Amino acid sequence: MWRLITSALLALAILISAPSVFAVEPDEILRDQALEKRARAISLQLRCLVCQNQSIDDSNAGLAKDLRILVRQRLTKGETDAQVIDFIVARYGEYVLLKPVFALHTLVLWLAAPLLLLITLFALFKSFRRRKAEMISASTSKLTKAEKRELNRILKKT
Amino acid sequence: MIAETGHFALILALGVALAQMIMPIWGAQRGNHALMRIGTTAAQAQFGLLLIAFFGLMVAYVTSDFSLLNVVENSHSAKPLLYKISGVWGNHEGSMLLWVLILALFGCAVAVFGRNLPPDLKANVLGVQGSISVAFLFFIVTTSNPFTRISPAPFEGRGLNPILQDPALSFHPPFLYAGYVGFSMAFSFAIAALITGRIDPAWARWVRPWTLAAWMFLTLGIAMGSWWAYYELGWGGWWFWDPVENASFMPWLAGTALLHSAIVMEKRDALKVWTILLAIIAFSLSLMGTFLVRSGVLTSVHAFAVDPERGFFILGIMMVFIGGALALFASRAQVLRQGGIFAPVSREGALVLNNLLITTACAAVFIGTLYPLALEAVTGAKISVGPPFFNLTFGPLMIPLLIAVPFGPFLAWKRGDLLGTSQRLLAAMAVTGVAIIAAYAISGRGPWLAPFGIGLGVWVIAGALSELAFRTKMFKAPWDEVFRRFRNLPRSSYGTAFAHIGVGVMVLGIVATTAWQSEKIIALKPGESTQIAGYELRFGGVAPAQGPNYREQIGQVIVTRDGVEVTRLSPSKRLYDAPKTATTEAGIHASWFGDLYVVLGDELKDGGFAIRMYFNPLVRFIWIGTLIMFFGGLISLFDRRLRVGAPKRAASTSAAPAPAE
Repeated sequence: MWRLITSALLALAILISAPSVFAVEPDEILRDQALEKRARAISLQLRCLVCQNQSIDDSNAGLAKDLRILVRQRLTKGETDAQVIDFIVARYGEYVLLKPVFALHTLVLWLAAPLLLLITLFALFKSFRRRKAEMISASTSKLTKAEKRELNRILKKT
Repeated sequence: MIAETGHFALILALGVALAQMIMPIWGAQRGNHALMRIGTTAAQAQFGLLLIAFFGLMVAYVTSDFSLLNVVENSHSAKPLLYKISGVWGNHEGSMLLWVLILALFGCAVAVFGRNLPPDLKANVLGVQGSISVAFLFFIVTTSNPFTRISPAPFEGRGLNPILQDPALSFHPPFLYAGYVGFSMAFSFAIAALITGRIDPAWARWVRPWTLAAWMFLTLGIAMGSWWAYYELGWGGWWFWDPVENASFMPWLAGTALLHSAIVMEKRDALKVWTILLAIIAFSLSLMGTFLVRSGVLTSVHAFAVDPERGFFILGIMMVFIGGALALFASRAQVLRQGGIFAPVSREGALVLNNLLITTACAAVFIGTLYPLALEAVTGAKISVGPPFFNLTFGPLMIPLLIAVPFGPFLAWKRGDLLGTSQRLLAAMAVTGVAIIAAYAISGRGPWLAPFGIGLGVWVIAGALSELAFRTKMFKAPWDEVFRRFRNLPRSSYGTAFAHIGVGVMVLGIVATTAWQSEKIIALKPGESTQIAGYELRFGGVAPAQGPNYREQIGQVIVTRDGVEVTRLSPSKRLYDAPKTATTEAGIHASWFGDLYVVLGDELKDGGFAIRMYFNPLVRFIWIGTLIMFFGGLISLFDRRLRVGAPKRAASTSAAPAPAE
């Protein structure tokens, strides 16, 4: 029964919110083009909290619209991009950032791939050098008596 | 009755798969050919049975048999026939059935076409395939049975998610699964090689067609998904670094690396351990993709089964196969002796560089996708990893890779000549230089790096063409000799060239549309006009219409250029009846220069409509590029050496009985 009610409520919610199929709407856009451009760039870095992996710039959810308007309000007040983003992170948490911060708890995230590349490059370099050294020592070392005899035998044959 | 037949066939297939798992491997251990041959029969029987099960379910969907719970939950009698059929795999249970059907198809193909394989290798391969089937069939029968009946049967079904009701998306899952599951072949061959302890260039040659086929299907599957996202989701994007996209992209990257490292193994008997490991990784990532999408860990349109119990089941399967494979690898890897020595600057060296960069890129995607989940599990902190992260970590790795691509095929095996190769690429370099300057001159705006991106794409294309010209002595030898050389060039050389050209074309599309997209969001009343990218768009108003299972509002936009009518676009908003969902259908005018993309928005208070327009330059190159890549794979698949089959093993490399051919 509860499931029925919740799914009915969900359906209703979808119906009510359905008509809006738009992300950024015409009335949100700022007249000042430079400011609008900054607002768009910021929007692309903020996650829509009620959506599935969308930025607020792409999303048509009500919350995303509110956030877009908020970003524009703060910008018109003269705040810098960083101030606007900080303000929203302070309210909604780090989860809202699509580009994670570089800090202790994201060290592995940011550094794992570059470190992997460097370590593998280093290992490859070492192995090539080792192999080269082996080849040089193999080519300059003296043959044993048995090897010389074998070599002569082969050379005579041909 | 048909449903019961399907259900019965499904359970029978599980039994047959059990036999396929145990008998051939046991037979191979004891050298018993009768036991080994059971694998061949079982693989074919399993495929036949699963085909019956699958068609049973399909009949239930087509006839709208609402006594099946699965049909009730995912179908509707008013749905067009195509979507009744695609509805079979548009849900968790049905898609799992498709998954094992394709798995069985690959197993059956080995049983039928693998006549030239040594019997013990073939037996082990079929045995490992059988074990994968057992795991997934057991999963389906116990937790995800598509044939569950419901009583009393309702009169109508709930319908398929409308945004999935789309032609491209109907065929996206089968291709994707064919790719995922295709890598199981490379996996099974790798495990079989580890069991028998024998691995040589012939092995690489046997694995190649399967890996190539899997890679081609995955390429097409991912491209279809991206194409669908582009025109259906309504904001003109084509790749979102969504975890579900990443789940399919990681096996593709690993598979691409595998294709390249297997070349080294086939030609030079080197990189064996690494190739085996890559084969295991590629399939492990496919399994992980299946797990991620179904576990409820990620939420998206793809997450059919948001059910932890099923998630744990697949996690268990995954740990058994990946853990088991890696343990076997760790214990047997030292048995595989390394062959062929090579200098850093050589064809092998270039392919190692390719593998290094692609696997690092794959690792970057892997970490970006899973790190937030791991962090939350360990510390409870929630972070998001979105497109900016992937663009920063994945992107830079692609630049050296693309620069290196044209050099690879020119370098000689063992020891290459970088200076000589550069001289042969002089023409390609010149073309690239001209392209960069031209891109600057034409664009005149946008990021200053973009022309270099165009240069990269042109460089890869020109490099591939230079290689063909070099191999056929074009402009050097008389024309009849050039033609003769063209005919005699192995198909795999053409395959390589086309695949690389495809990459270049795709890069052009990606760079152009990312750097030079123009966008306009505006409110228009009927009769008003606006301009974008040299087009004049006149909005003619909106008219209602009725579709088979939806109502829609169709906008009319007349597009002119220099006063001449180019096209009429009809972007629309649809409201589906069941389930009640709104979707947008973009109006798209395609040309070689780019797409004009118009989305109809809401009606505003003053009677106007919100309209969003894009001009996406060269965006089609992205999918044309992937098609060329697919085509390259296809040509390579029909290479003579793969058709004729691998030569017999040299007698000295194995003490085992000579393979019967």
